[in-house]
Amino acid sequence: MKTIRIQPQRFDTGAELAPLRALGGGAVASFTGIARSDPDARGDVTMIQLEHYPAMTSSALNELMDAAYGKWELLGCVLIHRVGEIFTGEEIVLVGAASLHRADALSAVAFLIDRLKTDIPLWKKEYRSDGSARWVDEKLSDIRVRTY
Amino acid sequence: MRFVYFASVRETIGMDGEQRECPDTVITISDCIDWLSSLGDNYAQAFANRQNLRFAVDQQMAKVTVPLSGVKELAIFPPVTGG
Repeated sequence: MKTIRIQPQRFDTGAELAPLRALGGGAVASFTGIARSDPDARGDVTMIQLEHYPAMTSSALNELMDAAYGKWELLGCVLIHRVGEIFTGEEIVLVGAASLHRADALSAVAFLIDRLKTDIPLWKKEYRSDGSARWVDEKLSDIRVRTY
Repeated sequence: MRFVYFASVRETIGMDGEQRECPDTVITISDCIDWLSSLGDNYAQAFANRQNLRFAVDQQMAKVTVPLSGVKELAIFPPVTGG
């Protein structure tokens, strides 16, 4: 079972993971990314605008999921990423994986979210409470700490 | 060739894409950035920091040394920040 979606709408993590539980394995692992307020001198982040490259995003996510299936024994995988306006406290991304035993699901989720941050054409712009807006810089930690 | 721009590159150039034919001097992506930068201040400014540019040719990530022969779409954008 492979599910990949790019959507502006909010989603319910529990509902999206339920199909993974029904696959008969003993393990479901997941990561949910949440928009945080990340306060600085310009105030809190109130909203994130997420831009993507529509002609490329889905195929790049498909390749990424195929790579995870090539590395681990997975029964199912879910990858949902929101685009457009996302307010602080809302979910941005969900990565979920099901496997017979925990190691495969846990490793696959870590791999998918690490690679998603460095290989998929998505860009965040932060809007703060003082009215300022800026594009988020690439985090060196995301590149260096790439686990796989 | 179709050019598409995203995020800060899109904003600085002032459009999300355009159709342009490259001159014969353009072989690689790097050559193409040199040529585009000569077309106006908005391009020069968008491409001033080469270290901060990423590329995709026909929807596949590509290094700046990749040749453009036969390519239909070149995307130019800053480092990705999803997740």
